[in-house]
Amino acid sequence: MGRLRLFLPLCGFLLLVVMLWLGFSLNDPHILPSALLQKPFPGFELPSLQDAEKTLTQEDLKGKILLVNVWATWCPTCKAEHAELMRLKEQFGLEIAGVVYKDEPDNARRWLAAYGDPYIYNIIDRDGRLGIDLGVYGAPESFLLNAEGKILYKRVGEVNARIWRDEIRPRLEQLEYFDLDQQR
Amino acid sequence: MIPELGHFCLIIALSISVVQCLTSFTGAYRNDAILMRVGSSMVAGQFVFVLLGFAALVYAFVNSDFSVAYVARNSNTLLPMQFKVSAVWGAHEGSFLLWTLIMSAWTLAVAVFSRHLPGDVRARVLGVMGVLSVGFLLFLLVTSNPFERIVPFAPDNGADLNPLLQDFGLIVHPPLLYTGYVGFSVAFAFAIAALLSGKLDASWARWSRPWTNLAWAFLTVGITLGSWWAYYELGWGGWWFWDPVENASFMPWLAGTALIHSLAVTEKRGTFKSWTVLLAITTFSLSLLGAFIVRSGILTSVHAFAVDPERGLFILGFFVLVVGSSLVLYAMRVPLIRSRVNFSGLSRETFLLTNNLLLIVALSIVFVGTFYPLAYEAATGGGKISVGVPYFNSLFIPVMAVLTFALGVGHTARWKKTGTAFLVKKLGFVLLVSFGLGVVLPLLLDGVYRWEVALALVLAVWVAATHLKDLWFRAGGSLSGLARISAGYYGMLIAHLGFAVVLVGVCITSHYSLERDVRLGFGESLELGGLNFTFQGVANTQGDNYSATRGSLLVSGDGSSYWLYPEKRKYLSSNQVMSEAAINAGLFKDVYVSLGEPVADNTWTLRVHYKPFVRWTWLGGLFMALGGVLAIADKRYRRLRQTGRNPATATLGGATV
Repeated sequence: MGRLRLFLPLCGFLLLVVMLWLGFSLNDPHILPSALLQKPFPGFELPSLQDAEKTLTQEDLKGKILLVNVWATWCPTCKAEHAELMRLKEQFGLEIAGVVYKDEPDNARRWLAAYGDPYIYNIIDRDGRLGIDLGVYGAPESFLLNAEGKILYKRVGEVNARIWRDEIRPRLEQLEYFDLDQQR
Repeated sequence: MIPELGHFCLIIALSISVVQCLTSFTGAYRNDAILMRVGSSMVAGQFVFVLLGFAALVYAFVNSDFSVAYVARNSNTLLPMQFKVSAVWGAHEGSFLLWTLIMSAWTLAVAVFSRHLPGDVRARVLGVMGVLSVGFLLFLLVTSNPFERIVPFAPDNGADLNPLLQDFGLIVHPPLLYTGYVGFSVAFAFAIAALLSGKLDASWARWSRPWTNLAWAFLTVGITLGSWWAYYELGWGGWWFWDPVENASFMPWLAGTALIHSLAVTEKRGTFKSWTVLLAITTFSLSLLGAFIVRSGILTSVHAFAVDPERGLFILGFFVLVVGSSLVLYAMRVPLIRSRVNFSGLSRETFLLTNNLLLIVALSIVFVGTFYPLAYEAATGGGKISVGVPYFNSLFIPVMAVLTFALGVGHTARWKKTGTAFLVKKLGFVLLVSFGLGVVLPLLLDGVYRWEVALALVLAVWVAATHLKDLWFRAGGSLSGLARISAGYYGMLIAHLGFAVVLVGVCITSHYSLERDVRLGFGESLELGGLNFTFQGVANTQGDNYSATRGSLLVSGDGSSYWLYPEKRKYLSSNQVMSEAAINAGLFKDVYVSLGEPVADNTWTLRVHYKPFVRWTWLGGLFMALGGVLAIADKRYRRLRQTGRNPATATLGGATV
């Protein structure tokens, strides 16, 4: 008994580890809080970057599976992410709608002209109102929408090759969005 | 080029530290003096390469090399030079590099200052510290490489350092805190080395005492500075929030405090051995846990900036490996210890045991409060709950009160056995005086009489009076006798008086602070704490990397008058707005004003604080740290080094390098 008692600290420690493990897997901040998951994309009425006359609304996001990417030219991570978005567009034909978040439209146009444009169109969210509705922590963030405009997945931070492989692509395959390897 | 070289230096350092572990452990196991010597010479190499890696990152920051992703995220060309350098540890990757550098520095210090130790003990200690370095360097290289480049699209300018962190407090707070955290690895390494060798005598306690004191002193200053920083920078005049990240630094501090006292008993009396070993393991584990909490974002907190699941998992894995294996080793080896318990009911040992128990209770309270939300979430599958300040205050404070009372008796008691009559004779009068003074003193303060304050003051006077009486007794009642007392005793005295000072500060500032949120037009004034504040208007000013609106207030009363200039700053590169409080600091009171928002033409909201004795909380913290350092200067540690070996270790045998 005396000797077994010496293992008590170890047992306590293992308990703590289990708790940390559980808490850790529950608390992954990259997972969308359940509040927005499976809900429709919030309503908005904002100008388009490409065509200043045109007004875009949440209805424009419907009808196809779409990645909505919140970005800005002042955000260095967005620059790192940009190359990956270009790759996803070219290699897989992924359709990406941009939200230009708290930024000057002219800056955004210059950026797209200089580095390439992975977006089908961009929504200008100059004062960040849409960002508030979306619960944006900071740029970049991305939302995967199904054809009904419902949010399936949210990524806080950059979309990179790992996120594409582990999070986005499996979800697209589930939707039978494409036979990636055969077609392209 | 330079960033790649820095990255390469870290890889070399990792390789060296692997060699350091292998040669040290093998050398100690085979009693091979040459291998052990190789192991200890690796330490210097490892330090140099980590230092070079760190220098490379500093270089990238100073030259604003925004092709390095970490620099681009945390710096900006407008940032003043001192903040470009401190931005190196402004976020996760760099601060972990700093952590690793400090680990190497401690290892080097141990290698240099422990030449007098038996070779195998020294080799095992360096081996254990090598294992920790390997873990930290791997973590850095695998999950948190600070040298990662953004190519080919390097941004023209960086995103800037968080304005909250553009401050003197941030330049010094993390390095000090990390030095404390990592410093506990030395006591940990000594304890593990003793368990590995199976020779758990009192000597390992003597060797690790100075190191533990030093680490504890650094942690004390680190926490104190953190509290001071939060007070003046966050703009709401609080100095402790029971925030998970604060608790993360406070838990190793409480365990470390217990460890210091328990080490004293183990060294002097040869008892509490296995308990001391367990405390050494616990203290360092709590430091690692602190790193895990802060770096994984597992507990929501304002401090948890960098959040990444891979990092959290790596640290958790490392944590399990290090602490788990230590506790297994503990359970296997402790039965070898033969402790003879030869103290009775009332003795200094009993009081030190009480100290340890109470500190552990206090630690458990903080621990439960910090992790309960997490456990609740794990148990309910995602339910959220928060533990508030009242929980911590209502449980923590009574424990501290009992501890403080015991502190006054404990150091007066003799080792082994103390008669009750002896204690009553020595302390009875002091108790009466403390009671009288403590009850009367609150009458001198402005405001309503509060029994909580009276109680705290009784205890503070009690600690101070018992210590000063004991000092006078030891000096033989003459001033010349004071010079004969050892540095170790003065260290204890100053640390304990510092604790009393903290107690006074915490208690009075908590009960007598005044706070007012007001709208003031230009020319209007407010009365608070017997002072008159007149708002004279605002003006625009310009800093290096921000523009600011600056309010002017004329404060008068107490027979003097002065100006305060609170600011509202807008940082140019990030557009973040920060309130910069204006503080008139004094030993007995702080006057603190922060600027709110304009609510109408020529009218602003302002927050005005009157905070008596708030400086004492930090002043006492510095005293405590000073005491810890002073104790290291004690002659007997130097004597040990000169004689090479001390009698207690002569039986250890083994190769001597």
